[in-house]
Amino acid sequence: MNFKLKIWRQKDAKSQGAFETYEVKNISADTSFLEMLDILNNDLVHAGKEPVAFDHDCREGICGMCSLHINGHAHGPAQAVTTCQMYMRKFKDGSTITIEPWRSAAFPVIKDLVVNRGAYDEILQAGGFVSVRTNSVPDGNAIPIPKKDADESMDAAACVGCGACAATCKNGSAMLFVAARVSSLAKLPQGRVEGARRAKAMVAKMDELGFGNCTNTGACQAECPKQISIAHIARLNREFLAAKLQD
Amino acid sequence: MALKLDSKIPAGALADKWSNHKAAIKVVSPANKRKLDIIIVGTGLGGASAAASLGEMGYNVKVFCIQDSPRRAHSIAAQGGINAAKNYQNDNDSVYRLFYDTIKGGDYRAREANVYRLAEVSNLIIDQCVAQGVPFAREYGGLLANRSFGGAQVSRTFYARGQTGQQLLLGAYAALNKEIAAGSVKSYPRHEMLDIVVEDGEAKGIIARNLVTGEIERHGAHAVVIATGGYGNVFFLSTNAMGSNGSAAFQCYRKGAGFANPCFTQIHPTCIPIHGTQQSKLTLMSESLRNDGRIWVPKKMEDVEAIRKGTKKPSDIAEEDRDYYLERRYPAFGNLVPRDVASRAAKERCDAGYGVNETGLAVFLDFKTAIERLGEDIIKQRYGNLFDMYEEITDVSPYKEPMQIFPAVHYTMGGIWVDYNLMTTIPGLYAIGEANFSDHGANRLGASALMQGLADGYFVLPYTIGDYLSKKIQAPKVSTDTPAFAEAEKAVKEKIEKLFSINGKQSVDDIHKRLGNIMWNNVGMARTKESLEKAIKEIQALRKEFWTDVKVVGTANSFNVELEKALRLVDYLELGELMARDALNREESCGGHFRSEHQTEEGEALRHDDEFAYAAVWEYKGMDKEPELTKEPLDYEFTHRAQRNYKD
Repeated sequence: MNFKLKIWRQKDAKSQGAFETYEVKNISADTSFLEMLDILNNDLVHAGKEPVAFDHDCREGICGMCSLHINGHAHGPAQAVTTCQMYMRKFKDGSTITIEPWRSAAFPVIKDLVVNRGAYDEILQAGGFVSVRTNSVPDGNAIPIPKKDADESMDAAACVGCGACAATCKNGSAMLFVAARVSSLAKLPQGRVEGARRAKAMVAKMDELGFGNCTNTGACQAECPKQISIAHIARLNREFLAAKLQD
Repeated sequence: MALKLDSKIPAGALADKWSNHKAAIKVVSPANKRKLDIIIVGTGLGGASAAASLGEMGYNVKVFCIQDSPRRAHSIAAQGGINAAKNYQNDNDSVYRLFYDTIKGGDYRAREANVYRLAEVSNLIIDQCVAQGVPFAREYGGLLANRSFGGAQVSRTFYARGQTGQQLLLGAYAALNKEIAAGSVKSYPRHEMLDIVVEDGEAKGIIARNLVTGEIERHGAHAVVIATGGYGNVFFLSTNAMGSNGSAAFQCYRKGAGFANPCFTQIHPTCIPIHGTQQSKLTLMSESLRNDGRIWVPKKMEDVEAIRKGTKKPSDIAEEDRDYYLERRYPAFGNLVPRDVASRAAKERCDAGYGVNETGLAVFLDFKTAIERLGEDIIKQRYGNLFDMYEEITDVSPYKEPMQIFPAVHYTMGGIWVDYNLMTTIPGLYAIGEANFSDHGANRLGASALMQGLADGYFVLPYTIGDYLSKKIQAPKVSTDTPAFAEAEKAVKEKIEKLFSINGKQSVDDIHKRLGNIMWNNVGMARTKESLEKAIKEIQALRKEFWTDVKVVGTANSFNVELEKALRLVDYLELGELMARDALNREESCGGHFRSEHQTEEGEALRHDDEFAYAAVWEYKGMDKEPELTKEPLDYEFTHRAQRNYKD
């Protein structure tokens, strides 16, 4: 397969970026999207040019490191997969593919397609944890947890923190990300104790970092590679309101 | 001068060693902990759990990772589960049984005392993770669920769907976040350690490169912990993350830390086969699939050929024409034999010509029987995400046709030598998790990597490091304005300049791929004296080629992935040779190390305990010089070393 690639190039955070066009040829349909970029980059290196910088690591769809807006979609046109899990058979031979970094003010570009997602770490540092010390805990089976609750908690915990939700949202809101963590812990007795404090602290931090407000468009859910449901946003809102009412 | 190896294994009965040791080692008072700095490199299960625990205890911790967030470390990709000796299933499991399975699974090449301690603290890990809010799978009664893994006849593996590593890491990362918020830990993402600084014979800090700005930084501390995982990417193609590398460990080796059993590499039996030359990464299919999947190839060559041509589908092959070779050869463990055994058996069938894809390098993993027995829904619940991932990659649905699988490089049991305190041969320098060599012998059992990472980070290192730091309570802050730091920084900068100056014709990846081929063909699943000698020669030649013909584009003072890769390949090109040398020295077969010259009549690994019951610890002597071998004898006081038997 052959493709024309329109890729966002930007030297560093301070520089102006622009699209550049490249061609890749003889790509097998079984090649992954990022392997296709590897091939382009190897060609660029041979030509003495700087390769396209992009984030990636596990290439198994779990580390959340890869990103990219591909043809306008976060993680590309395929549903429920990260960019690294997308294969070239999903694209039409001979087509032009547009590749951009995450489009979110809270994720500034570092270089080319690489952005800084440190804001997500900061939100979790505000309260996305259970305050237990190592070794200061009861037996794992001391508190039975209904299977349904554990399953729902796991549904939310599947979030890989890739940033697609905020990058997709027209308001640049990180609500789905925040909701996934709050909701996952809200479904477990271990997370309940600090529930009110957590919801307030994480929402406050999200606002402080410049993420937008949620207007329930559902775009985040549609583009989430892990199909995190916006039902978790409802649970976050409930947690947050209940916490505020206690004040 | 040979290395001085003192394993510091405490005396006494196996079950008392850890308790006795904890009682004997020194502790540091809260007031003094505040004065002590610790650097941790790597934020996987080992690094994150250690950083969180040490931060809670009151030490000042700096934690470094190469990714954009500590949560991305490769522990996250572990799918299947984590072992613990809880005996919640009432199947007569115990600390001793977990110890025994692990030491036997490692083919009797690990230390008894370390492995027993691992089994002993395994139960604490589950309690800890549950309390952190890790959503483990549960039964309808609300209690924790278990499944089985290779090399065990009990169900002791705890799991969170097919994402156990992710959930455990998010637990450790959350604990780390708690400490970052509290100010006891400072996080340095997108930083890569490029050298360890040793002064007056002790570890005093690291030289790190800020991967965003390219700036070279000095960081001092009273102790340094390496938690940077394994070096499987020496093979270019592996199941490791693209960024996983052996460089931090290798710098320690260069500076005098012993490197133990480098040749012990785990080849995982259930990975998606290689599809072509454009591939840069292999994908693992969890070992948990062997709970319900049956591995087979056709009995008849004509069926093999028909499948390859596409004139027959695997589901067309009648039951009596299938060779479920693991069930045939190992009736007691069947499809759940340890990884090394399963991998070799797949290779044996493929070498005999029964490989089921065009390359002849694939076997089937079939869920037909399980779907008939349990229904598609239950199978979907258990493995849905893995089946989806497989279909995404191969365009074949495992609900309809069997998966094709083949062994691939997955884990390295070898690593930096450590004593019972997890300290390397350099005082003040520690290594934990996959980065050290200590617990898995010559083969790691499934669901034990997560166990070891968290055992080391939560429950072992936080105590043992105090024994060393108790001697440092009067030491001032470590100054980075010293000749040792200056020298290390200068060497790093010179190495980087040298790489840019070569300006040759081959990209870093071109050379790395060639190294991978040499390794896979000669230092892979089966090794011989000839193949290893050949590998050493070829790697030496390739290394020369690298230093005269590599092309590294971009600049030193910017975000530069090519430079990062080049720096890692520098180390792979020496590490590969070290692995081959170690494999050449070890004239026996054990676990994942299979020397074709040493096998039983049935083709099983044949150990030579009289000669090789030791950990081979290598000391660096220079890039083109032979390293020096020191042996740490492995005395087995409590277990009888037998030929491993998974048949009955």
